[in-house]
Amino acid sequence: MTTLLATHALDAFYGDFQALFGVDFELAQGEAVAVVGANGAGKSTLLKSLVGLLRNRHDAIHFLDHDIGDRPAPEIVRMGLALVPEGRQLFASLSVEENLLVGAYGAARREPWALDTVYELFPVLRERRRGNVADMSGGQQQMVAIGRALMSNPRVLLCDEISLGLAPVIVEDIYRLIPRIRAGGTSVVIVEQDVARALRTVDRFYCLQEGRVTLAGRPADVSFDDVRKAYFGA
Amino acid sequence: MAVIDTLVQGALLGGVYALFALGLSLIFGVMRLVNLAHGDFIVLAAFIVLVGATSFGLSLPVATLIAVVAMFCLGFALQRLVLEAVLGEDIMPPLLITFGLSIVIQNGLLLGFGADSRRLDAGAFETRSLEVVQGLNVGLAPLLALIVAIAVILLLQLLFYRTALGRAFRATSDNPEIAQLMGIDHRNIYAVAVGISLAVSVIAAVAFGIRANFDPAIGPARLLYAFEAVIIGGLGSLWGTLAGGMVLGIAQTVGARIDPEWQILAGHLAFLLVLFLQPRGLFPARRA
Repeated sequence: MTTLLATHALDAFYGDFQALFGVDFELAQGEAVAVVGANGAGKSTLLKSLVGLLRNRHDAIHFLDHDIGDRPAPEIVRMGLALVPEGRQLFASLSVEENLLVGAYGAARREPWALDTVYELFPVLRERRRGNVADMSGGQQQMVAIGRALMSNPRVLLCDEISLGLAPVIVEDIYRLIPRIRAGGTSVVIVEQDVARALRTVDRFYCLQEGRVTLAGRPADVSFDDVRKAYFGA
Repeated sequence: MAVIDTLVQGALLGGVYALFALGLSLIFGVMRLVNLAHGDFIVLAAFIVLVGATSFGLSLPVATLIAVVAMFCLGFALQRLVLEAVLGEDIMPPLLITFGLSIVIQNGLLLGFGADSRRLDAGAFETRSLEVVQGLNVGLAPLLALIVAIAVILLLQLLFYRTALGRAFRATSDNPEIAQLMGIDHRNIYAVAVGISLAVSVIAAVAFGIRANFDPAIGPARLLYAFEAVIIGGLGSLWGTLAGGMVLGIAQTVGARIDPEWQILAGHLAFLLVLFLQPRGLFPARRA
């Protein structure tokens, strides 16, 4: 399999505080990978670094045969990386449909995701297309956030805690979509606190603890005990 | 009839104030930047049109068009090269920069053109008027200014609510960091916003310059009216800004009718009254 996105000895900082220490991460074409770990382990920091919201060393991140570690976020997004941010972060002064449309602003490709296909994926959004995002339920807002990211037809979709604060039945619905998103040719990275769910969904996973990768592999190859140790520390 | 005449003249004056204020309202709406040099940019634009019309012998519309393009480019460059460096959580640095720009523009114009009062020459158009009904005459130039103000707002609304660029403006205004995740380069969005603001200020300059005298030092006074119009109308709302201009214009003409000395004061009193009754303005944008 060809590597689509990778980090090499990635260190990430917020000012003087170092959040990631030498993280090596890899995502192959068509793959789904989970990043699990406790609060503050550096999961969101990894995603922010990948998408360019945190600047890094030039050669720390590799995407589509380019070193993108020091490129600005809009440029990386235009290359085909999309992030569904934690807490959804919808644009409050835009309608549901406008939120989706603005997702296509920097789109490199127009296929397969467009308004029609996103509405097919989330029929409830079509009904509420003119509505205000603030009036929607958390689950519906999450659908808008995912749809908005899909509108750019990314090669890689990064999902940050998409189940946070949602009812279990809604979470189930949203996770059921991951295979359909992959079928459209998009590789997926899932950051998730619900480890069991994440491991059921993906091909491979990374476990982060205090900014370091403590375990990586295929869900089938590790025991629950291994993951627990990697997650909490010995 | 005198009452109606006063109101109509006030509304027409309000059109000019709205034009002053639109550029200010626009930049504040998109990037939360208060441009203290806005009044001076209007005066600068007036001088550019003046030079085009007198030194190069261009007709007023052609000189205006050239000035619109020039001021858009100036605004774009100003944002990318100067303001971008100071824009951030702290609102003080951009305020100080635009305050400094205000002084630089005033003194630059003083150096280049002297302190004499100038006026844009629109020929016979300046004094032509339309008799709406008997006893009620409406000057064509003020009427055109109001129509242009409405047209500019309509165009800006179309831009903001019907185009991809407009969605990018609003998304960036909501949350610049998340907007970057849409592939929107917020630096260019801001630069285009400042460019459009200065382009609109050219229209304001022409509407003002054929109606009244201007000299390099009057910018801050224009800025004050623009501020009042924006605040009366409610921050972030372009139609509100038009309404704010009207309130200000009508208050001033009514004040002038009572006693010419009361013109300016009546405008300020109306401003204070609105602030007292509706602290967020008449038509505040939905979002706080």
